[in-house]
Amino acid sequence: MKHAAQVIAVAAAAILALFGAAFGRDELFQAHAWILFFVLALAGYLLLQRKTSEDAALIPLKDGEGGATAYMDGPIRYGAVATMFWGIVGFLVGVVIAVQLAWPQFNFEPYLNFGRLRPLHTSAVIFAFGGNALLCTSFWVVQRTCRQRLFGGDLVWFVFWGYQLFIVLAATGYLLGVTQSKEYAEPEWYVDLWLTIVWVAYLVVFFGTLLTRREPHIYVANWFYLSFIITIAMLHVVNNLAIPVSLLGSKSYSAFAGVQDALTQWWYGHNAVGFFLTAGFLGMMYYFMPKQAERPVYSYRLSIVHFWSLIFLYIWAGPHHLHYTALPDWAQTLGMVFSIMLWMPSWGGMINGLMTLAGAWDKVRTDPLIRMMVIALAFYGMSTFEGPMMSIKTVNSLSHYTDWTIGHVHSGALGWVGMISFAAIYFLVPRLWGRRRLYSLRMVNWHFWLATLGIVVYAAVMWVSGITQGLMWREYDAEGFLVYSFAETVAAMHPYYALRVFGGLLYLLGALIMAYNLYQTIRGRERQERPLVTTATAAQPAE
Amino acid sequence: MSDKKEVDDITGVETTGHEWDGIKELNTPLPRWWVWIFYATIVFSIGYMIYYPAVPLINDATKGVGGYSSRGELHEAMDEARAERAGLLEQIEATPVTEIPNDAELMRFATAGGSSAFKVYCSQCHGSGAQGAVGGYPNLNDDAWIWGGDLEAIYWTIAHGVRYDADPNSRFAMMPAFGADQILGREEITQLAHYVRSLSGLEHDAAQASAAAESFEINCASCHGAEGEGIPELGSPNIADAIWLYGGETDEIAAQIYNPQHGVMPSWVDRLGESTVKQLTVYVHSLGGGQ
Repeated sequence: MKHAAQVIAVAAAAILALFGAAFGRDELFQAHAWILFFVLALAGYLLLQRKTSEDAALIPLKDGEGGATAYMDGPIRYGAVATMFWGIVGFLVGVVIAVQLAWPQFNFEPYLNFGRLRPLHTSAVIFAFGGNALLCTSFWVVQRTCRQRLFGGDLVWFVFWGYQLFIVLAATGYLLGVTQSKEYAEPEWYVDLWLTIVWVAYLVVFFGTLLTRREPHIYVANWFYLSFIITIAMLHVVNNLAIPVSLLGSKSYSAFAGVQDALTQWWYGHNAVGFFLTAGFLGMMYYFMPKQAERPVYSYRLSIVHFWSLIFLYIWAGPHHLHYTALPDWAQTLGMVFSIMLWMPSWGGMINGLMTLAGAWDKVRTDPLIRMMVIALAFYGMSTFEGPMMSIKTVNSLSHYTDWTIGHVHSGALGWVGMISFAAIYFLVPRLWGRRRLYSLRMVNWHFWLATLGIVVYAAVMWVSGITQGLMWREYDAEGFLVYSFAETVAAMHPYYALRVFGGLLYLLGALIMAYNLYQTIRGRERQERPLVTTATAAQPAE
Repeated sequence: MSDKKEVDDITGVETTGHEWDGIKELNTPLPRWWVWIFYATIVFSIGYMIYYPAVPLINDATKGVGGYSSRGELHEAMDEARAERAGLLEQIEATPVTEIPNDAELMRFATAGGSSAFKVYCSQCHGSGAQGAVGGYPNLNDDAWIWGGDLEAIYWTIAHGVRYDADPNSRFAMMPAFGADQILGREEITQLAHYVRSLSGLEHDAAQASAAAESFEINCASCHGAEGEGIPELGSPNIADAIWLYGGETDEIAAQIYNPQHGVMPSWVDRLGESTVKQLTVYVHSLGGGQ
């Protein structure tokens, strides 16, 4: 029997899950154990059905150095599909909770209320969509820039499937009501432990590939990916330190309490933004931008200086999430000044990305992938300016707790993370499946415009509603009394919340077009269409 | 891999000589504006750290030359607000609620304060415009007062609440459940509902209404008055003014007779204090229906 060891391991795990379901101390743990059992049973069945190695279209290592070996692209193919799938799930749930905020009657108790769907949305977008995008692009980039097959063999498959299992357990946990109530770190202790194992395996694969590289130097994209993997491991472990009530129970208590807990949480939360959503995706940008533009990276020196200054400064900026709280003043001061100093190091990545187009600016007009990356960098630059500005205490006293923060996060997530990932996946899919080109470049163009319009609507609406909200909360009359009740400020948000749904729908629609385009590309079809640019001066699209 | 430096044709800048999967890097120097802004943010940060509390020490942190603390800032703002009110709150506390309207300045301040407090504590049930809501939340803008609409009566209602068990001074009234306790039959209750609608001059079945006239006198008039005008001392609402707490359709009125719902309002004086309750009183009184 092929895969005997894997099948036995999965079966053993499924039996353990059954024990969990039988002896769990609370209903939620039992429910989770049942879910785990069925997922593992399905996995075991699929393993048994698996006929041949899926590396059907092997891409050989260049210049024959690797002999018979080839790049390990199977997990990357799965990762590209998973990125698209989880992306659509995340965007869809986002639209649903936007609808719930505008029209509360769409809360369906208890499983589908806002409180449970909101972490589902954030985790689906950050960890499932973003995480899979980072997994698959980092596997592609590290192999190509090291000219080496991924280290670890089947460990790579373990990383991919282990990470999907983490996503499924986290997502079902949110709906069941299993949460440790830490933003972006809601999964309970046993899911956290599982992610730790998967993440260490990821580090082994990535680091092992780097160590066995056939290039003398490590390419800048890999510095960013490595810093992301190492730092996320550290953040995840420390923030989730907790003592379970029972080893067969779903509840745990954090090792930290009070303001220490809050500070640890935002040290984690802010650096999840810094290292997951910034450093990781900068790694992506540093490979796909020069590849697609076919131009050298603008400045090697800038990449060194902004990399080290970025990772040194980012890790201290978390306290700006706790301005005007019980956090001591000195920590608030440091959180603010480190955020301000972070402005230029963040912009270093934008400059390096945009200036790589020096001599190839015409491609912004002719190549929708380049256009996506440029808009991604534009939103990156905008939100990394907005962030330091919002960390200034005076600004923060207005912006904190308002929708401005939500708008800020989404210009980063939809604009930067989303767009750069879309471009990377569009780049990868034809190559991964050995296709000549994408099914349709015109659809990419549609996706670009729908997504951009969606982000602009979303961000603009949240600025207006956030600032309105902040001003209404602090509005005093001539006698020194508050002018608005909280309910009045909520009522004032209604038109903006409705408009936000519209922005989110546009973005979701773009992603659906992308999914269709990729599906047809994978099937090997090519849409007969007019070229995107027909003027005489235009070069042919790069794809 | 070609490890020799070459000059990029388009920019005229030398590369670093490395190449990965076809990607080369230019050796462009750092943009000067980038470097200078970076330095400027560092200089600003150092200055900010000198001025504000910043550097953690063993038991404490540096205080900063500006002497700032967020607690201090809050105290200053609060002191300033108190100074602006200069004794007005105490003055309200010392003044009987009926005399507040005689002092124009006090009245203006108390109405503003009452309006603000209303939004925080009262609007959840009575609506932010005090318009009330069907389901037992009275409108406070109209002339209908269940427990009386002069300043003293309104004060008492706000201070001690309605049917609020924890406060022995709470307003208390309870209408019998005529149907559920089998005092009246269903048919009789439906007739009474028609009769009640007739009191407000609303559309009704005349035969059914007249059949209930005697029953109304026996069962209802003692509390609601012979004409249904209500008795504020007892907390029995006027049922002849076409204003309804639980809806005015025949079946809604019948349901209320059959097994009445009774709203509860908390007592506020212990939570908010004399002064705020008085402010609320003059504000509610000023809404239009004050007697």
